[in-house]
Amino acid sequence: MTSLPAPEERSGKKLGLVIDLDTCVGCHACAVSCKEWNTQGYSAPLTDVDAYGSDPVGAWLNRIHSYEVETADGQPNRTVHFPRSCLHCEEPACVTVCPTGASYKRAEDGIVLVNPDTCIGCKLCSWACPYGAREYDPSHGVMKKCTLCVDRIYNEHLEPEDRQPACVRACPAGARHYGDLGDPESAVSKLVAEREGYDLLPQSGYKPVNKYLPPRPRRTGAESDGPKAPKALEPLGPADGSLTEQFFMWADKVLSR
Amino acid sequence: MHPAYSVIFFTTASGAGYGLLALLGLGAVFGVAFPQGPLFCIVAFGLSLGLITLGLLSSTFHLGHPERAWRAFSQWRSSWLSREGVAAFATYVPAGLFGVLWLAGFEGGVAWKILGFLSAALAVITVWCTGMIYGCLTTIRQWNHALVAPIYVVLSGATGLVLFALLMQGFGSGRAWHVGFAMAGLVAAALIKSVYWRSIDQAPRDLTIGDATGLGRLGKVRQLEAPHTQTNFVQREMGYKVARKHARKLRLMCLLLGFGACFVACGLTFLLPAWTATAWLIVAACAAAFAVVVERWLFFAEAEHVVNLFYGTPQA
Amino acid sequence: MSNQPQVDTSPKTWDEVKSTTCYMCACRCGIKVYLKDGTVTYIEGNRDHPVNGGVLCGKGSAGIMQHYSPARLRKPLLRVGPRGSGEFRELEWEEALRLATTWLSQVRNEDPRKLAFFTGRDQSQSLTGFWAIQYGTPNYAAHGGFCSVNMAAAGLYTIGGSFWEFGEPDWEHTKYFMLFGVAEEHSSNPLKKQLGKLKERGAKIVSINPVRSGYSAIADEWVGVRPGTDGLFVAALIHELLKSGRVDLDYLARYANAGWLVIDDPGAEDHGLFARDEDGEPLCFDKTSEKLTNALLPDIAPALVGQFELADGRKAVTAFQLLSQRFLDESYSPDAVAERIGVAAETTRRIAAELAHTAFEEEISLDIAWTDWAGRKHEKTTGRPVSMHAMRGISAHSNGFHTCRMIHILQVLLGTIDCPGGFRYKPPYPKQTPPWLKPSGKRVGNRLAEPLGGPHLGFPTGPEDLLVNPSGSAQRIDKAFSWEAPLAAHGLMHMVINNAAKADPYPIDVLFLYMANMGWNSSMNVAATLKNLTDTNPETGEYVIPKVIYSDAYYSETVPYADLILPDTTYLERWDCISMLDRPISEPDSASDAIRHPVVEPDRDVRPFQDVLIELGARLGLPKFCNEDGSPCYPGGYPDYLVNHERKPGVGPLTGFRGEDGQSYGVGAPNPEQLERYIENGSFYQHHLRDDQRYYKHANQAYSDWAVEMGHRMLGDQIVFQLYLEPMQKFRLAAQGKRSEIVPQQHKKRVETYFDPLPLWYMPFEEEMAGGEEYPLHAVTQRPMAMYHSWGSQNAWLRQIHGRNWIYLNRERGQEQGIADGDWIWITSAHGKVKAQAKLMDGVNRDTIWTWNAIGKRSGAWNLDPKAPEATKGFLLNHVISELLPEQGGYRYSNSDPVTGQAAWYDLRVRIEKAEPEEQGRTSPEFETQNRAQGMRRAPEDVAFTGRNGKGRR
Repeated sequence: MTSLPAPEERSGKKLGLVIDLDTCVGCHACAVSCKEWNTQGYSAPLTDVDAYGSDPVGAWLNRIHSYEVETADGQPNRTVHFPRSCLHCEEPACVTVCPTGASYKRAEDGIVLVNPDTCIGCKLCSWACPYGAREYDPSHGVMKKCTLCVDRIYNEHLEPEDRQPACVRACPAGARHYGDLGDPESAVSKLVAEREGYDLLPQSGYKPVNKYLPPRPRRTGAESDGPKAPKALEPLGPADGSLTEQFFMWADKVLSR
Repeated sequence: MHPAYSVIFFTTASGAGYGLLALLGLGAVFGVAFPQGPLFCIVAFGLSLGLITLGLLSSTFHLGHPERAWRAFSQWRSSWLSREGVAAFATYVPAGLFGVLWLAGFEGGVAWKILGFLSAALAVITVWCTGMIYGCLTTIRQWNHALVAPIYVVLSGATGLVLFALLMQGFGSGRAWHVGFAMAGLVAAALIKSVYWRSIDQAPRDLTIGDATGLGRLGKVRQLEAPHTQTNFVQREMGYKVARKHARKLRLMCLLLGFGACFVACGLTFLLPAWTATAWLIVAACAAAFAVVVERWLFFAEAEHVVNLFYGTPQA
Repeated sequence: MSNQPQVDTSPKTWDEVKSTTCYMCACRCGIKVYLKDGTVTYIEGNRDHPVNGGVLCGKGSAGIMQHYSPARLRKPLLRVGPRGSGEFRELEWEEALRLATTWLSQVRNEDPRKLAFFTGRDQSQSLTGFWAIQYGTPNYAAHGGFCSVNMAAAGLYTIGGSFWEFGEPDWEHTKYFMLFGVAEEHSSNPLKKQLGKLKERGAKIVSINPVRSGYSAIADEWVGVRPGTDGLFVAALIHELLKSGRVDLDYLARYANAGWLVIDDPGAEDHGLFARDEDGEPLCFDKTSEKLTNALLPDIAPALVGQFELADGRKAVTAFQLLSQRFLDESYSPDAVAERIGVAAETTRRIAAELAHTAFEEEISLDIAWTDWAGRKHEKTTGRPVSMHAMRGISAHSNGFHTCRMIHILQVLLGTIDCPGGFRYKPPYPKQTPPWLKPSGKRVGNRLAEPLGGPHLGFPTGPEDLLVNPSGSAQRIDKAFSWEAPLAAHGLMHMVINNAAKADPYPIDVLFLYMANMGWNSSMNVAATLKNLTDTNPETGEYVIPKVIYSDAYYSETVPYADLILPDTTYLERWDCISMLDRPISEPDSASDAIRHPVVEPDRDVRPFQDVLIELGARLGLPKFCNEDGSPCYPGGYPDYLVNHERKPGVGPLTGFRGEDGQSYGVGAPNPEQLERYIENGSFYQHHLRDDQRYYKHANQAYSDWAVEMGHRMLGDQIVFQLYLEPMQKFRLAAQGKRSEIVPQQHKKRVETYFDPLPLWYMPFEEEMAGGEEYPLHAVTQRPMAMYHSWGSQNAWLRQIHGRNWIYLNRERGQEQGIADGDWIWITSAHGKVKAQAKLMDGVNRDTIWTWNAIGKRSGAWNLDPKAPEATKGFLLNHVISELLPEQGGYRYSNSDPVTGQAAWYDLRVRIEKAEPEEQGRTSPEFETQNRAQGMRRAPEDVAFTGRNGKGRR
């Protein structure tokens, strides 16, 4: 089963996330919401070892990095918050290396899952993933990973508008989008096209489904798409007389209250 | 990569065991004069299958669910780990029969030779598969290297040869070529490892944190904050780092105090009185074990996983 | 594919969903709590809720771990060992309440002032304040004094509203948004949500903040000012706008006191006050009639500049002229301030140009007809789409009040208050400038066991409103509304323990605290605070603060220092009310209030603080808590109070579903089913304003009629923006000896200097007194988005994100000092030193170091392992912040704003040095490990929460 679904078996649907690095404020809302849903969902539990101790470490399926970029093109330096989770690759080696078939890519929607009943916890899949998306739960001896909330997106007990991954549902800034990236007409595909969304480490050959939208250029006045304002305001009147006098002359108008 | 002792022990012990098994099998095919009597067979098979079995058992220690290990036989179509499991398990069949026939006094027969050949072939395949578990991972530059699987086989052969020479000597059937082959194996091991080290040292570290995050398009990227203030599984498993200086020292130790010392000890059997030969070969076996353990530790410790880029490593 | 495992994609991991209000920070988002067999399994944002509209932050989602925290207190406790030892005896509630009643009634009968009741991050201030009124102590406040009172007070005095709860940008229409000193807290989900939308729309976001984290990271432009110089930056913007004539004169004439005449008669007792007519109305010069006229009349043409002669022959100038003169001064030009702010003059000039361009060239007009205060109809609603938001980074400085005022005045000059695209009030705001509410509690003679005449906190408009003795000394324990902090509209909670321990102005007998970690991160100078709590009177051997009653849900650092602990519930176990009488959750287009209700039953012997307070009120026989026959008014506790309490006839804590039939809004008889109706409605009530009530609320007849009808305002008059703040001048005149009130000598100069009716910038006190070469750096904190004060550390999920903190410094600056990433460094202020591990970064002002707020914990507190990284590597800057300023003229002022008493946390100045090699690896100072309280179980090692086994753990 860890052979990937053959092309003819695949539905063409590629469910995934589009993450907007221009909008993410790094608040960790998505990560905690993910933890909260998934510790009682398909991946239950996401154990926290030494939870109140000196070296707490838990299984999380989504983590938020932050980076600083020293820019080269005259743009100001910047801080970028960077959520990272499973990218549900089209050619995921984490699946093919799995010796038991516990890791698999679903033919119908492309979601990469771990079957917790057959995983032996050899961790090889985590070694095969360049994106650090798989985490080992030592207390349960199996690997945990993003399920794209497979138990939410089809969940008939949830309102239709809530049938989306917990991280997308929670994200306050609207920096996370969910949809079918296999459908060029979907909202997410259009967003990727419009904003030139990119793959992480395309050289890995894993063909990630999730896409990242690059930060937009900063607008500090040096560029054309900023407010069409002059660089500085013109002082009032001719240069003779003091500033205040000129101002008072200008302000001495008949105004109606 | 975090050098897990269970995996180091597994790969080195089972490597030596498979090496020895392969040599016993090849010895049968090529008509090597084995010591007479069941004791040699018991000791030889005890040692090789013992090392293999201990190694395999130890490898299950790092599994989260050892009781489900049997499931690992199912995915041989795609997974080198599964293939290794299948091959390892399959090896027991001809190897067992090979040993049984030997004990039963059928040594020298065609069936015995065929089983010997099959045992040897499967042993090599198993070790190759072990190497490929690592060799197929494109996420680790130092592993995704053409020499990784050959190194596993060569080192397995070299340690097997030392054990083979020791056993033959111990049972009074030692011949100069046994030790000579062992010495050749050690040279090959040291050589291939040296070539490999040179190669990974020279290979460009062409991926940057900017490539990983895709932010390289904007400029030079530095990590500001890791996701959590304590390290996580990925950092603990994949983030192990050994200082370059320290690694060089260990490489030298592996080559000189390991393979080198083993080579010298083997050589001494030619120079010193014959009654000391067994002792020197024991020393050689210990040195070989030291060599492969250090080599394997370094194999993990020097492996740099690409995921570390996300955690602030500038290049990988 | 046939081999693919079958996955249950429709599991139902809950059996019911209840809507309530979050309390993981102060935002008060609506949440939906999923439950299975009575265990909380999932919390998500409520889509219908006016605050968050469905989204939820990391703290909100981690509410489960807060609710099941192992640091929860389990039963009332009575201290048996010395203070700080953590040695307690468990009590039954009856015994605990009886003891509290004995202590409190004794004080009340002898001298009610001797109770100091301060309630931290309380969201039930309309109850706690009401209780304190009935008790009769003047010593009540919540935590606003050490949070953001500058922002609130400056706004209320200037425009009758402020940011956050008072108002917010018109997110839908704004095109240029400036964010000042916002450290990702307060209003966090709404802000994040709207910032995302602004980015989508392409509106420009400018963030002014020394640190480029969070919101600043996604801003289109980050302006990394030096802390405490925001006022200079704003002043330079105002300078540029005035200099180029890019201010909205029509708007100023119509809505501000720009044309009001200020008496110019230096030395006179009314110099600097407004010239008024015989009815006391302010005068202006009407250019049409060329006469002095009541400035409040409609349709006049007030001169905005000029000097005019008053009837008595004296001179007067317009307020706007005075304001213009101040800001046109070269000292506020972009060039003059550039170096101090750390921002290039050309950047300031460009931003001023962008503001003017957006305000005046991109004016927007909505098809909304409205009627102004004078009854004039307007077919359209026009607006200038520039908006602003500011918070603690601005207010927590000793020059914060004036800086906040400048920001509001900048908005007024651009004509962007409550217009489309600008800043918009949230009901019940705006209020009069300032609100017609004076601080109550003035002691005249010996007052015993009588209720106060009104609320404790208010807005003085002159020295006559201060709570001072005839000699000018303070009457409140925190010295709020005294000459030290005359406009202390939120009190000075940060000074209570210090003042009480020093018996200055007088000793107290009982300190009653609720939900404020005064023994740690809520106090400046923690060591001194703990000493104050443990010091004894050498004669009697009694503690100088004899009795401390504390209510909290968790085992914080403060608990061991209290004598009687009344354990509170978690926010999911109690009733609460986010009331229009207090700090509601309205949006610009709607008035909203909300409740919390118990979605789970407590599994410990704990009680909601509000129930306890109501019961104590009854046991003490407080009026309004007790009927004449001595029976309790609210036997049903807080829910009973929420439904049946009336502040005035028909007006109670909740506005929705009033009246016997539940059909009335705002005013109506109590409805016994009100709370059920709220719960059915998602635990909130939202009243939508009519279109014609939505904008120009400060001058909108339909809106003010509604506000008066609802009891939010007394009169429907126009609210006039106060560019020139006359009450300030009254204090100044008193300091100059021109009034009858006695200003103690030591305060005269200070009051005279800082009670300037026009905003000004001055160097923050600590920088002035202890800045310079010796302490060349600013040190500030920011609140991380995934933590709320100290609460988050007991949370198994949040503490993984922020389990310790670093001190961040500017990369270049750090390298110049030979400091590398990971080095431990000493941070030394004039007051003390603390050791922390350094991280270098680009996105911080060169002269600033900073860290996350309240991550450092005392070893053993919050039921964490004594070796928790929070205690060994985490640190607080509080240890190096003094609660008092250096001595000046024999007197030490509190480290606060001289106008409002706002704690000046961000004034801190420090130097840094690399720690010695043997000093690496641990923070300093470290305090003795806090013992686990009696009855508290050891925290579990692993948490594998599945929410499925009744207790949520396995």
